[in-house]
Amino acid sequence: MARTHITTVVNGDETEFLTEDSTSLLNALRDEVGLTGAKEGCGTGDCGACSVMVDDKVTCACLVFAPEVDGSTILTVEGLADSGELHPLQQCFLEGAALQCGICTPGFLISAKALLDKNPDPTETEIRYALAGNLCRCTGYDKIIRAVQEAAREMRDQ
Amino acid sequence: MKYVAPSSVEEATSLLSSSPSAQVFAGATDVVPQIRAGRPAPEVLVDLKKIEELVSVANDEDKWTVGAATPTANLTDDPAFSEEFPGLTEAAGLIGSDQIQNRSSLGGNLCNGSPAADSVPAMVVNGARAVVAGPNGTRVLDVAEVVTGPGQTSLDADEFIVEFEIDRIPARTGDAYLRMIPRTEMDIAVVGAGARITLAEDGSIEHAALALAAVAPTVVRVPEAEAALVGNTADDETLSAVADAASEACDPIDDKRGTVAYRRQVAGVLAKRAVLIAIERAQQRNGTN
Ligand SMILES: Cc1cc2nc3c(=O)[nH]c(=O)nc-3n(C[C@H](O)[C@H](O)[C@H](O)COP(=O)(O)OP(=O)(O)OC[C@H]3O[C@@H](n4cnc5c(N)ncnc54)[C@H](O)[C@@H]3O)c2cc1C
Ligand code: FES
Ligand code: FES
Repeated sequence: MARTHITTVVNGDETEFLTEDSTSLLNALRDEVGLTGAKEGCGTGDCGACSVMVDDKVTCACLVFAPEVDGSTILTVEGLADSGELHPLQQCFLEGAALQCGICTPGFLISAKALLDKNPDPTETEIRYALAGNLCRCTGYDKIIRAVQEAAREMRDQ
Repeated sequence: MKYVAPSSVEEATSLLSSSPSAQVFAGATDVVPQIRAGRPAPEVLVDLKKIEELVSVANDEDKWTVGAATPTANLTDDPAFSEEFPGLTEAAGLIGSDQIQNRSSLGGNLCNGSPAADSVPAMVVNGARAVVAGPNGTRVLDVAEVVTGPGQTSLDADEFIVEFEIDRIPARTGDAYLRMIPRTEMDIAVVGAGARITLAEDGSIEHAALALAAVAPTVVRVPEAEAALVGNTADDETLSAVADAASEACDPIDDKRGTVAYRRQVAGVLAKRAVLIAIERAQQRNGTN
């Protein structure tokens, strides 16, 4: 089958890849672009492990067809750190033990970033709602919520 | 499967006419899970999001026009729209997570044909109309006429919804939507109730609309409850007539989310509460728009 040529900007770099039309953005990122940060937990939009930003909007990459993103800008967890320095969210997740197995972490980081971009000073309730599309089987969520609160505080103080 | 992204309504309708097994999509938040669950993928998938009318939200003096493929997040983030239709905004805002809302559309929520689709009762009580494009031009349908059964619509295979029209809200009118789910977020409605009330100058109820989701094969209006409300105020007797009529209108399924008896009872309770919220909002909207 003919493969479609896609041009995007991924994590700030112009990125081109070939894909079959039925391939999900998640599989294209993982298999064609080589970015394996976003994970497949369910493939049906329920778990959020595949969360990425497409044109500044957080979405489940498993629900997007790869050809849809031609001309779009994409941010994955690999693009959060700035020249080797971890993003405050990443640092706070590490320091606050907000992960155990880590499968869910890339998705939580992207969703949390999407929240803080819109709302730099969210309440705990707002954080919980904003992260409702991300499931974690290990942490019990509390440490994740606290890590996001701490990162928000640090980012506001900067 | 081939992906195509037409840039005009005409281009999309001619694509649909020339390939019988083509399917339109907007956010794919229903389409992808269905394919993953084993439903055969269409030969051609037509992305509606590159057509400008399909993804724009606008208003004039008479009505709002909401592109059928517009992500629901664009509605919940629109202060003017959410101020005018808080009930429809809440209903759209209940669809899935933020990730889903950046993709999910009113057109997809309606045409997927789920009896539990949250935005549908709220569109119905607001008298929303669907502008449908096909090979012979466009026709306008009431939203309530689109879905004919679970997963089934009255649209032809080569038709799709371009946009929804919703008349500007009259004075002394308010809408509301409530749903019951076992969790706080990310679940399918056990019951959903949409209400819209217009008050007369003297504070009595002039117009009433009530629609329920997830209690029958399609979203249902409850004309008996509406009749009980008109001309009255929300006294106990009227409200219990509303609740009884709502329970009576149910023809629900029995599943792990709720038994038939439970759904009937919850439908009555939610109907009453939605009506009360709509009345409160109608009282606050005393002037015009
Ligand atoms: C994790 C998750 C949670 C969810 N939670 C909810 C919820 O709480 N409440 C709820 O109601 N739904 C929920 N949904 C279902 C879904 O997100 C909604 O129904 C959504 O509104 C579908 O919109 P879409 O644009 O993604 O539809 P699509 O998947 O793109 O399309 C759905 C169907 O409609 C047809 N269609 C789409 N647009 C048009 C059009 N313009 N004209 C004609 N036909 C069209 C398609 O061919 C397809 O059959 C959830 C889904 C997921 C994955
Ligand atoms: S893999 Fe996309 S939401 Fe679970
Ligand atoms: S850390 Fe294991 S799923 Fe979240």
